[in-house]
Amino acid sequence: MITLETLVPATGLFSYAWLMIVVPAVVAAVLLLFGSILDRIGHWLAVAAVLVSFTVAAILFVQLLGADPESRAVSVPLFEWITTGMWNVKAGLLVDQLSILFAMLITGVGALIHIYSVGYMAHDERRRRFFAYLNLFIAAMLILVLADNYLVLFVGWEGVGLASYLLIGFWQYKPSAAAAAKKAFVMNRVGDLGMTMAIMSMLALFGSSSFTDVNSGAAHLTPFWATTIGLLLLLGACGKSAQVPLQAWLLDAMEGPTPVSALIHAATMVTAGVYLVVRSHEIFGMSDAASTAVVVVGCVTLLAGAWIGTSKDDIKKVLAGSTMSQIGYMMLAAGLGPVGYAFAIFHLLTHGFFKANMFLGAGSVMHAMDDDVNMRHYGALAKVTRITFWTFAMGYLAIIGFPGLAGYFSKDHIIEAAFEVSTLAGVCALVGAGITAFYMTRLMLMTFFGEKRWRPGVHPHESPLVMTVPLIILAFFSVIAGALMNWWIQEWLEPAVGNHVHEVSLVPGPIGWATLAVVAAGVALSWWLFGTKPIPDVAPASANPFTVAGRNDLFGDAINDTLVVQPTLLAARGLVATDDKLIDAAANGVGTMFAGLSSQTRRLQTGQVRSYALTMTIGVLLVGAVLILTQLG
Amino acid sequence: MSPDNYLYLAAILFTIGTIGVMIRRNALVAFMSVELMLNAANLAMVAFALARGGLDGQVATFFVMVVAAAEVVVGLSIIITIYRTRRSTSVDAANLLKL
Repeated sequence: MITLETLVPATGLFSYAWLMIVVPAVVAAVLLLFGSILDRIGHWLAVAAVLVSFTVAAILFVQLLGADPESRAVSVPLFEWITTGMWNVKAGLLVDQLSILFAMLITGVGALIHIYSVGYMAHDERRRRFFAYLNLFIAAMLILVLADNYLVLFVGWEGVGLASYLLIGFWQYKPSAAAAAKKAFVMNRVGDLGMTMAIMSMLALFGSSSFTDVNSGAAHLTPFWATTIGLLLLLGACGKSAQVPLQAWLLDAMEGPTPVSALIHAATMVTAGVYLVVRSHEIFGMSDAASTAVVVVGCVTLLAGAWIGTSKDDIKKVLAGSTMSQIGYMMLAAGLGPVGYAFAIFHLLTHGFFKANMFLGAGSVMHAMDDDVNMRHYGALAKVTRITFWTFAMGYLAIIGFPGLAGYFSKDHIIEAAFEVSTLAGVCALVGAGITAFYMTRLMLMTFFGEKRWRPGVHPHESPLVMTVPLIILAFFSVIAGALMNWWIQEWLEPAVGNHVHEVSLVPGPIGWATLAVVAAGVALSWWLFGTKPIPDVAPASANPFTVAGRNDLFGDAINDTLVVQPTLLAARGLVATDDKLIDAAANGVGTMFAGLSSQTRRLQTGQVRSYALTMTIGVLLVGAVLILTQLG
Repeated sequence: MSPDNYLYLAAILFTIGTIGVMIRRNALVAFMSVELMLNAANLAMVAFALARGGLDGQVATFFVMVVAAAEVVVGLSIIITIYRTRRSTSVDAANLLKL
């Protein structure tokens, strides 16, 4: 059905692809090991490391652009990793059309966020450590996307999980941050369980975990195994990408510093699940059940995330809900099969730009407002923080799908593709677009317009250049990334992910017009609700079940608590009781019995020499009697 | 020759020694009873050796006598030490070695 990509061995510059990973990894180690002597320059060292990676990625990208389409998938063997019995796992990199786009996004956006963090974390005394963790993340994320087999991918997968944990809990003296880090880590483990089981199934079925072997072997899979591996991979993707039912950690992850939210929890790491599904396209192609499950997860999450976004007052949590929702779109597209793969990656890239832009913008706003995140305390910031406002506005227009901007192209393609496959999925995507417009307009109105609702003593000011320049660059890409890639990305990705190439035109079709209408309706409704009347200082109490559910993250924590935490606690308490009452009682009982027995027997020791003599005599007589009697017998 | 009579004598001496160890309180007398038992055994061995015409038993008897002499040195010194601390050689008085 789908032509498999053929690998060409690495030559020339491609043999140095590993530099992308090694440079940030080494810098991270140096920053962590050399201690405070690097406090003054450490952050610039980290920025330089990511820029080196970006340069390598860009050079390789240009090389691939120049190569002919058949030889754009380059394999870079590194070393024999595991050689034991029947397993022979080689660690290697795969630089192809898909992974190089990711590498560019990670290192490009990553470099901008590094530069931004230099300003954002300027007054944090542990800034060096922060940058070490960021570099560790970049290295792990590059391992994830550049790996040529699932085992190496899993190393990166766990590496980004570790970096995410360390960075969410970076301000670990705040109990909420420490708890959020643990929550993210534990929920990711649930997803990792799926990943490990999928990888083990692949090793058992194909004897190899390399993408080439798995994708070529997928055609011979029984439906049962195709569905099983597909669903296990989906579980892994759900954990990493905060998709329903493993979504609850992402909102809490906003406890981390804002650049972390932008880099890890918006632009790159959380999209790893989409990457995984697209990379495993042959497996999902073999199983309708698994790809339908991906579509369902995508639809549910895009609506759930948007719903949460509408009812939060915390600017970062609105954006987190929005991230969930947008990744839901990507999942939906990835689940649609060949019609959607390219659009999933397309939306992933544009989302990486505009969401990183908006998260960094939110960080800039928080910087201005003394780290207050409550949008009810903002208002009228458009004139005070001009650069932040204009760059944020570009991100806003991009995400709602304003014609010509990035989201317009990438999201509309997904909605159209969804309608092609299933009307229900299409309607979900369409409604999601309307809600997206609603909550993003609400965020804009509450933050930048209306009256000043600043707390006393807060004097908003624009952030320094080191923070605004990355914003401007990201805003620029939020505007042009869609148009830049719209006519190119499908042909580019086709050999790698086996998507079907669609005709795209500038003039919207009927679904395009419908989307624009829904988006306009969302914006208008939002303006009517939040633009025309003053914003109350505290969130008004509401009996509306939709609002209540949204404010409580759709009761995600309560559901997890009831379904998982309480039963586990109950089982644990039961085990403790069994241990105390049964096992300990038995052990202690045996001990008590022997103690009692021995306190009886010790009475035989009287200290009377003559009684000992008597005992000995009786003993000797007994032995003698036995000897004589046995002799007689 | 028949060792019967010697053996009867040895058995009687051994029994006297055993009873002496068990019923006498004075440590010195108990100690003498132990010596009596040793010598009863010596007598039995010499009698058997004579009956069998070998020297083994007689040689073993010398060993027993030498060991007994050494044992007497140790035993008497213990008894003297006990007497010095307790002003008594009664074995019933020395009953601290118990729980």
